[in-house]
Amino acid sequence: MTSREMMHRSEVAVSVELETPDMTLNIGPQHPSTHGVLRLVAKVDGERITEVEPVIGYMHRGYEKLSEVRTYAQITTLVNRIDWVSGFANEVPFILGVEKLMDIEAPERAQWIRLILSELFRISSHLVFMSSYPLELGATTPLMHVLREREYILELIEGVTGGRFHPNFNRVGGVKPNYGGGSQTKKQSMDLPAGFFKSTLEAMDRMDQICDDIDTLVTGNELIKARTVDVGIIPGDKAIEYGLSGPNLRASGVAYDLRKVENYLPYDQVEFDVISRTGGDCYDRYLVRLDEIRESVKILRQAIDIIPAGPLQVKVPRILKVPVGQVYSRAENPKGEFGYYIVSEGGKMPYRLKIRSTSFSNLTILPWVLKDQLIPDLVAIMGSLDFVLGDVDR
Amino acid sequence: MNFWLELAIKTVLMLVVVLTASLVTIYTELKAGSHMQARIGPYYAGGRWGWAQPLADGAKFLQKEDLAPAKADRTVYGYAPWVVMMSTLAIFAVIPMGPDLVATKLDLGAYFLLAISSLSVLGILMAGWSSANKYSLIGGLRAAAQLIAYELPLVLAVVAVVVQAGTMSLNGIVEAQQATLFTVGGVEIALPFLLTGQIIGFGIFMIAAVAELSRIPFDMPIAESELTMGYLTEYSGIRFTMFFLGEYASMVGLSAIATTLYLGGYAVPFLPESMENFAGPGIFFTKVAVLVFIIIWIRFTWPRLREDQLQWMAWRWLIPLALFNIALVSVFKVVF
Repeated sequence: MTSREMMHRSEVAVSVELETPDMTLNIGPQHPSTHGVLRLVAKVDGERITEVEPVIGYMHRGYEKLSEVRTYAQITTLVNRIDWVSGFANEVPFILGVEKLMDIEAPERAQWIRLILSELFRISSHLVFMSSYPLELGATTPLMHVLREREYILELIEGVTGGRFHPNFNRVGGVKPNYGGGSQTKKQSMDLPAGFFKSTLEAMDRMDQICDDIDTLVTGNELIKARTVDVGIIPGDKAIEYGLSGPNLRASGVAYDLRKVENYLPYDQVEFDVISRTGGDCYDRYLVRLDEIRESVKILRQAIDIIPAGPLQVKVPRILKVPVGQVYSRAENPKGEFGYYIVSEGGKMPYRLKIRSTSFSNLTILPWVLKDQLIPDLVAIMGSLDFVLGDVDR
Repeated sequence: MNFWLELAIKTVLMLVVVLTASLVTIYTELKAGSHMQARIGPYYAGGRWGWAQPLADGAKFLQKEDLAPAKADRTVYGYAPWVVMMSTLAIFAVIPMGPDLVATKLDLGAYFLLAISSLSVLGILMAGWSSANKYSLIGGLRAAAQLIAYELPLVLAVVAVVVQAGTMSLNGIVEAQQATLFTVGGVEIALPFLLTGQIIGFGIFMIAAVAELSRIPFDMPIAESELTMGYLTEYSGIRFTMFFLGEYASMVGLSAIATTLYLGGYAVPFLPESMENFAGPGIFFTKVAVLVFIIIWIRFTWPRLREDQLQWMAWRWLIPLALFNIALVSVFKVVF
């Protein structure tokens, strides 16, 4: 090749616009902000994400299959562990589904206890979000302050159920009975512990206080706003298209709440608002959760006044056999719609149990919403969707 | 005195002072941060208040395996922490802690400081590039972009001080802050530059310093929740310790620069000059401690900004403001 040719070639090379190849960045499965073991295969052009593909299943525990060889009573133990920050709320739709199949209804007091515990777990779950979300944005201080307040909620839950995370408290036809002293002759129901209402009211005061504290520490923080306002906008129609539910859906302007729609627990007897906002960005998703804590506090204060006395369980056979049939039962979990599709062939165990877990559906929007975002925004958006990996992989 | 002996004594003294100051800073961050976060923090190490926690941490790190990724460029990977540490320690060579308590009296002290403190990004870039890790690479490049954006307002802020003092020598700058401004009833009043027209400059300097330290809210090069640990991801053992110590030493270092330039260094008003060599270090480090505490406080208050927001702030606000500050100071210098 002559030098003239070489010169010519180099000119040709220069005249073409320089292109940089995309870099594949593997985020996870071990990564501080993937909430466990989510893996995201992201193609990045500098800091900008051109394409992202979530890879899930690292935490698959096969709960749907395991349920086929467990009795109905044993399954409540399993479903506790699907979304571990809202354990009790997972039990509720399952038990309601079984009760629907067996055509029984829990006594009123048991239903109110279910409502109270559901709301306590909603507060607890949202407080976990309130503590971890600023951490993902780099603010370390809210974590400890908020988790400390969550202890008060967990103590209440522990007082009633004996467990902090996995209460396993629901029974078909009511809530957990207590066989006194191990002898079956002294059968008595386990009621709410003494002083529960008083300590709940105290805890609710604390919750009001911590919500105000979060407001001053996080909500009004200029840098938090700079990081979250108008970041990761999900319009209402897209949210419905991708099957989002819960606070993520309501932040996009769709005021859809199963507590109002289905009324699966006596929610019609308490007054509360469905919180919704119109922006659909990370900041709105955060604010919806914060306001939902306040609404839950409102519900709990009313529930304590209303809750009637009475039995905690209806009589059910010692060996549960569910009649042939199928049912889809759902409830408003802290993170959104949580449902079970139960198919019974009439035995002691379900023939098939399909779990419609909230986080799995909420996660499906990730490829759409993360496209053309920056890496720091990836963390902000992912955190704002508030998913739990156990809930995704089941 | 023999030149080499003097050099050795100075170096050892400097190392002791700087490393002690960094350890104290680390302890302060652990303990003060804990209390801000409703925790107790270090408690057992050392018997009381966990005072020995930084030492214990250091001892632990020394025992850890010194890992290097298989594909790492081992030479560059090995030298990176030294470059960072060196540039940090060299700051203290010209910082005066008393009229005569200074390792080297450089006429171009301010210039030397700016030059040497910006060297640390070279080490960070080396670390990011040689680690053969994409997170490290992004972290390193973020650090480089950040430094280019923030070195400029930092330099421009210092230029205003140099204009006001009329000298680049750090001793000269401190002495300029002791010059009598006015007399009230026979008492001569001298004020540090912070109170005599450099308040904008001080603000710019501190913001740029926090950005250069890559601490929250400007810790994008490390950004734990995004890049795991940025350019530090692959480092362990003694090399990580050097980065870690370097970070805190440069925190002390930049606070020391700010103290010298804006807060009157080793001098306080009404302290007779004969006392300054004796009381100087105490005064100096008290002022440094206040600044260091503010930097720690900021860390536990704010989240992290985004890289583009940081660039936006630097180019759109800080640099024009710094230029305006220079103009303002120059006008005042000429008029008065």
